[in-house]
Amino acid sequence: MKLSRIFSWVIFILGVLYFLLPLYATLEFSLRTKVPFVAYTNVLFKDPQFAGSLIYSAIVGVITILVSLLIIVPTAYWVRLRLPRLRPVVEFVTLLPFVIPPVILAFGLLRAYAGPPLPLTGTDFGLNILVVAAYVVLSFPYMYRAVDSGLQAINVRTLTEAAQSMGAGWTRILISVIFPNIRVALLSGAFLTLAIVIGEYTIASFLVRPAFGPYLALLGRDKAFEPAAVTIISFGLTWMAMGMIALLGRGSRQRVQVAGAR
Amino acid sequence: MSFLELTDVQKRFGDTTAVEGFNLAAEKGEFVSFLGPSGCGKTTTLRMIAGFEQPTSGTIRINDEDVTYRSPNKRNVGMVFQSYALFPNMTVADNIGFGLKVRKRPKDQIKKRVAELLEIVNLPDKGARYPYQLSGGQQQRVALARALAFEPQVLLLDEPLSALDAKIRVALRHEIRSIQRQLGITTVYVTHDQEEALSLSDRVVVMSEGRMEQVGTPFEIYNFPSTAFVASFVGTLNVLPGVVVDASRGELTIAGQPVRLGHAFEGSAGREIRVALRPEMVQLGPGENGTNRLTGKVGDVSFLGSIVRIRLALGESGPTVVLDVFNEPTLRLPQLGDTATVRFPQDGPLVLDPKAPVESVEALIAEA
Repeated sequence: MKLSRIFSWVIFILGVLYFLLPLYATLEFSLRTKVPFVAYTNVLFKDPQFAGSLIYSAIVGVITILVSLLIIVPTAYWVRLRLPRLRPVVEFVTLLPFVIPPVILAFGLLRAYAGPPLPLTGTDFGLNILVVAAYVVLSFPYMYRAVDSGLQAINVRTLTEAAQSMGAGWTRILISVIFPNIRVALLSGAFLTLAIVIGEYTIASFLVRPAFGPYLALLGRDKAFEPAAVTIISFGLTWMAMGMIALLGRGSRQRVQVAGAR
Repeated sequence: MSFLELTDVQKRFGDTTAVEGFNLAAEKGEFVSFLGPSGCGKTTTLRMIAGFEQPTSGTIRINDEDVTYRSPNKRNVGMVFQSYALFPNMTVADNIGFGLKVRKRPKDQIKKRVAELLEIVNLPDKGARYPYQLSGGQQQRVALARALAFEPQVLLLDEPLSALDAKIRVALRHEIRSIQRQLGITTVYVTHDQEEALSLSDRVVVMSEGRMEQVGTPFEIYNFPSTAFVASFVGTLNVLPGVVVDASRGELTIAGQPVRLGHAFEGSAGREIRVALRPEMVQLGPGENGTNRLTGKVGDVSFLGSIVRIRLALGESGPTVVLDVFNEPTLRLPQLGDTATVRFPQDGPLVLDPKAPVESVEALIAEA
């Protein structure tokens, strides 16, 4: 075997260890209970908050994805097609959630919507709207990048013009031509958004939502083995979600791209 | 009344004028090419006909209807792009049927029409394939079928063959022309390839820097170029500086050697003019009395297969005449540095309209 090949293998094995060792340690720790798997059964069957918070976060996640797609896809499309000069500006705006801490966002929301003209903090429904709105903003960097790189991979302008010359209007162009051709990119963005929403802590806890993030934090404070078990479970769920993306993206020539390119 | 009419069309992008004073009246079923180097405004003009750009001023009429400001999806104009622009998510059949689906035609009718078009473009069994499973030439046939499927009033082709191999390019070129004739559809074809424009078109519009240089049949464009630009862009051409001796008798000198044209031209004695001379008009050897002759030193002999191209320098720093000689096995070629005499008939040279700037013509000749 050539030296360079050995070197590649060494790097590969080091990489695998780097990712798998902590996971293995967590798994091993979660099984150290007197009765094996009791931490898992405790979480899965005896703690109604686990399923409740997970389902709540999943629903919020799905709504967030839909709203985010409705805002981001037409925006990114229009910027690529007609306003390419505005691209740096839009990119900057979508990156703002990285710069502004979620605490500030949460406080801002609470202050702005505590009273008239839009008092939303008084009811559960109002708070749910606020939490979705905040998550949509948090999803911008991931969603925009994923969608934009998807649009970059296809020739947006010519495809649009081709469809137009055949008589198609904007809605049809978006639905029949643009959406299907950036399907994998949309899935990537959607998955990232879901992952963020499910693990998000700050905003959910400030807005007092029964979400998965605050539940995890609470569990970590009160229990010993259960947090490790929940980590392993949520890891499994994440992999399932990735598998689903790969499955849905199959048959498409686009690469499955979890993170937006560049 | 013409079928496709562009009147005084102008397009400006900020301070730059992309197209100006564009006038064209094409008849139904006519095949018109826009020919010119890149940046000459030919694609912009085509895009204005398609509706992707709006003219700054002027009008565009199709079938006696003003479409100048109508959106592209309401114009019923088919377009073929250089990059094919097939929808990657749809099969070949769905691509071709897209325009009909948009028009809400019944499914069986769409199916029938798609099969018909696949037959026309010679891909009868490829309907279920996806674009990425086809070669470039096949993809462009599908794009052509797609642009024709909904029976557009005008077919626009934007350098449709430039992304293809030379052989496929020539084959597809003939196919496009025969399909166009068969369907009798008014067609505008944009290209920078003079061979393409000349071999395909009923009429050619030669463009340069946003202006129409000349409009005419390929025969007219090639044989009677009206400006220096057209003369140099279409075909290989000798552009020689001359000095007027007696314009009314057609007399001038080129590099100090007398030349006589078969017709009178304009210009006072002593004025510097430019004369165009096609290589195929020039022959080697002094010939009979009465023809024009130029003598110079052989600067270069290049073998091009069926022809041999010879460059003759007239004097030390004088102009160069390029001439083509048919290749024959018995041919005795002059050697480099030999003194040679060439001849050309009196109606061979053309006195050029000084419209185009000298530099651009010479740059083009240098490129050739």
